Amino acid sequence: MRLGLVIDLDTCVGCHACAVACKEWNTSGTTAPLTDYNPYGAKPSGVWFNRIRHYEIGEYPYNKTVNFPMSCMHCENAECVTVCPTGASHKRPEDGIVLVDQDKCMGCNYCSWACPYGARELDRVSGTMKKCTLCIDRIYDMEIPEEERQPACVLTCPAHARMFGDFDDPESPVSRAVRERGGYQLLPELNYDPTNHYLPPRVHAPIPTEGLKKKAAIKVKEWVNRVIER
Amino acid sequence: MHAALAVIFLTLFSGGGFGLMALIAIINDLHIDGGLSPSQTLIGVLLSLVFVTIGMLSSTAHLANPKNAWRAFTRWRTSWLAREGVFAVSFYPFAIGYLVWVFLTGAPDARIGLTLASIAGLLGLITIFCQGMIYAVLRTIRQWNTPLVPANFYAMGLATGATLLAAIRVITGGNASIFIGLAIALIAAVALLKGIYYFWISRPAGPTIHTATGFNRSTVRLLDQGHTFGTFLTEEFGHILPQEKARSIKVLMYLLAVVVPIIALGVSLGAQSVPAVIVAAVSIVVGLGLERWLFFVEAQHVVNLYHGRQRC
Ligand code: SF4
Ligand code: SF4
Ligand code: SF4
Repeated sequence: MRLGLVIDLDTCVGCHACAVACKEWNTSGTTAPLTDYNPYGAKPSGVWFNRIRHYEIGEYPYNKTVNFPMSCMHCENAECVTVCPTGASHKRPEDGIVLVDQDKCMGCNYCSWACPYGARELDRVSGTMKKCTLCIDRIYDMEIPEEERQPACVLTCPAHARMFGDFDDPESPVSRAVRERGGYQLLPELNYDPTNHYLPPRVHAPIPTEGLKKKAAIKVKEWVNRVIER
Repeated sequence: MHAALAVIFLTLFSGGGFGLMALIAIINDLHIDGGLSPSQTLIGVLLSLVFVTIGMLSSTAHLANPKNAWRAFTRWRTSWLAREGVFAVSFYPFAIGYLVWVFLTGAPDARIGLTLASIAGLLGLITIFCQGMIYAVLRTIRQWNTPLVPANFYAMGLATGATLLAAIRVITGGNASIFIGLAIALIAAVALLKGIYYFWISRPAGPTIHTATGFNRSTVRLLDQGHTFGTFLTEEFGHILPQEKARSIKVLMYLLAVVVPIIALGVSLGAQSVPAVIVAAVSIVVGLGLERWLFFVEAQHVVNLYHGRQRC
């Protein structure tokens, strides 16, 4: 098995719901807590497993906002694991999930240097490295209904922009989505072979916004609006 | 990259200590310039141990959870950091053994003593290589991912060791011209290798914001990084040094690490001047400390691309 996520950049609306759900679930999960520093102070900060950034792609009028969630990619060539001197960082052979054993980590930061995707954050209070667990404490939990055995971020996404599944199975929804939508990996030149894939935005013709001829119904609507306002 | 003082001290001092031990072993093995006297050997090995220990202690200060530090020796099959730890620790029994041997017998060039010294020197050199590889294996940081890094570490460790050795020789009143010559040659090698390194990292190369996001055919601009204040990522990787400032610090670094030591060593070549060799030794340590700081601050981790930098 090779478990991971597919992120759909076409539908992601950048609401940060996945990041909040991740924080909420994992702050009492296996590598809990996700410490906050100064949460009510002037400059709050803290540990997150999932961060969303926002980019503008292209030049006006052919530009587009793309929202970009990033968490651990559970790489095949996970250098973060190779460089770890204590053995705290490990990649599970059975499903490819990369984890940090909180009882072994000495907080040297070396693995975070080796991660290209900014997926690892040191918890300055516990002194250990923390990262996305692929919600290992949900996906194998036999106590909850089967359809809920998915990562918190995937379940919560209102735009269905996140998918979870097995990339080793060519007919799994994630493999199919990558195949059919041209899913790609980030920073392929570094050869980490990340498991998580990103689906590019679909190509649409730009929607014209200037110099439009108004339809009759819209004219009536505007007239009604003006009358009611008075 | 954030330049932690603890990590700067680690490679600066332990590198100099290992370089010093390696040179002591070579000089006594080959009997260069008559070899070192017992007291010179004692001072040298002691100084080497002090330097290595300063480095090792400050490296544990860098750990956020030092109670697990002993585990760092376990993954030597894959991790250069673990290898460094293993070789650095195995250096101690041989270096201390040589120290005790010379102290008890007063014969630094007897066969048993030389064997201990040679093994300690070799382990020291291997440790320097491991220290360089800790940085050189990281594909995420272009400025480090080059064989020039371990090469630089060797030149700097050996040059520091040679300067210290020349200082010891002059202070204890021996003829030091060959040692001073050696130190000057090694410092020149530092200047040269560091020059090649700076030339190398000044070429644009490596990943861009396009390969980082996958949008290879259009401009990509950061609109919002999604957090209002700093995160671990911005604190650890976000540092940037303006070009002009970097240039003037490099000039200062070359002055302290190369020019001043070479002039001071040159002065003491004829005059056997004790103050001059002390100036040389202090200056090279401070100058290379500056070099270490630059090494970190100039390193641009690829995660900065996601925070809006166009290339790293
Ligand atoms: S994304 Fe980073 S932390 Fe996750 S497996 Fe890859 S290198 Fe390791
Ligand atoms: S911070 Fe912890 S998990 Fe990361 S390399 Fe160091 S010991 Fe390993
Ligand atoms: S899989 Fe779980 S731990 Fe990873 S980002 Fe999603 S919610 Fe967070």
